[in-house]
Amino acid sequence: MMIPACRLADLPRGEAHRLDIDPPVSVFHTDDGELFAIDDTCTHQDASLADGWLEGCEVECPLHASKFDLRTGSVDAPPAKLPVRTHEVVVEDGMIYVQVSTDAPNLPPCVAARLAGGLA
Amino acid sequence: MRTVAVVGASLAGLSAARSLRQQGYDGRLVVIGDEVHRPYDRPPLSKEFLAGALGEAELSLESDDEDLRAEWLLGSRAVGLDPRDRAVRLADGREVRADGVVIATGAAARALPGSEGLAGVHTLRTLDDARALRDELARGGRLVVIGGGFIGAEVASTAYALGLDVTVVEVAPTPLAGPLGEAMGAIVSALHADHGVRLLCGVGVKGLSGETRVDAVLLEDGRSIAADIVVVGVGARPCVEWLEGSGVVLDNGVKCGADGRTSLAGVVAVGDCANWYDPRAGLHRRVEHWTGARERPAAAVATLLAGGAVEPAAPRPPYFWSDQYGVKIQFAGHAAAADSVTIEAGAADTRDVLAVYRRAGDPVAVLGMNQPRPFMRWRKQLAAATS
Repeated sequence: MMIPACRLADLPRGEAHRLDIDPPVSVFHTDDGELFAIDDTCTHQDASLADGWLEGCEVECPLHASKFDLRTGSVDAPPAKLPVRTHEVVVEDGMIYVQVSTDAPNLPPCVAARLAGGLA
Repeated sequence: MRTVAVVGASLAGLSAARSLRQQGYDGRLVVIGDEVHRPYDRPPLSKEFLAGALGEAELSLESDDEDLRAEWLLGSRAVGLDPRDRAVRLADGREVRADGVVIATGAAARALPGSEGLAGVHTLRTLDDARALRDELARGGRLVVIGGGFIGAEVASTAYALGLDVTVVEVAPTPLAGPLGEAMGAIVSALHADHGVRLLCGVGVKGLSGETRVDAVLLEDGRSIAADIVVVGVGARPCVEWLEGSGVVLDNGVKCGADGRTSLAGVVAVGDCANWYDPRAGLHRRVEHWTGARERPAAAVATLLAGGAVEPAAPRPPYFWSDQYGVKIQFAGHAAAADSVTIEAGAADTRDVLAVYRRAGDPVAVLGMNQPRPFMRWRKQLAAATS
């Protein structure tokens, strides 16, 4: 599924744009001008990586300093242990689109329970 | 360098071992830990693990497919370091000779004098501590927490959520005034009263009463607080006794440079036991934060592998977090350096403040309560301003 995210002109370098889908996905525009999309939720605990510390091709979770590689989704620093999904990014006519992965997401336990229809 | 011994198998030790491999060290790597457990994460011990929401397997800091090609000597306490051949002596008589040594022995919870051998009295530092406390909290009752710092506050918050009757006793007039300053310490510690947890400030503890099991906490003003369980959260002391006589200079932990080097060649120190030089402040600081234990070892390992010939990168301002009563508390920088603090967003009443600490107008620290996004922006700004 191709989802329109935002206009490229509206996403400065060093910033992220979150798509409020379920589970949320974020597009990161690195300082070098590259675009990457990953699942927005840290796999350790419920926190938005779009609020995180973007440096190079890595984003650090704003709460507990887990780091994820935007290119591969791999976790580069604890306390998170599982990777985030990566998604394909396409830019057409100045618009950023995200092709959401069909893999199962790695969500932290509380969020997984909520999405499964458990307690809010 | 053919053998490196990492003494300490918690976050700082594991981070050092990882940094060694990431920086290309291919030799023998020995990780020595006095606990029997593989490296585990401590922050959840006072929160999710204590509440029963997280199991032991989830505390592991290592991923399933991780292989550092290390020899793990767990359940082995280091008791000495011979400076001539950098031999680490273990309590069981074994010896590990190494070309490089990383000291990562951490800190131990301070106990309350006279509380030894009294059932129901706990400190919280290790997994074994947390197991014991969790089992007792599950029975319910009256909990008295001695010390209103972060560990004490988190235990109080967790125990409140488990339905216990909780009292916190703090000797200082305002809890958390050390790390957060008076004004913000008052706002954060007001979370206790919001939830019906009693907070008694400005009063010291004289002792505990009970025959074989604690039954009350005796205060210096003569009051007696009935207790079924007592948690002592009065800070930690660096575990460096084993280095006495080794030639490693000790001063509030292992005294080391901005790059982790100690007074002995081939020996560096990281984590809670390390008293690092802060070139910007012109003084040594021992910072007991998770983030420092994760980030600093890379610099110390670089120093070790280069024989001290590298210029350390400026570390980011210290950062820590706490979760209390459902509020995410985040802090970066040094509150003690500030001459003013202002609330830039949110309000004290709603416990969602974003507060900036300044010295002569320049930001030196930031506090967030449920403000992760603006907090991160300020944290980056702080790092840029101080680098």
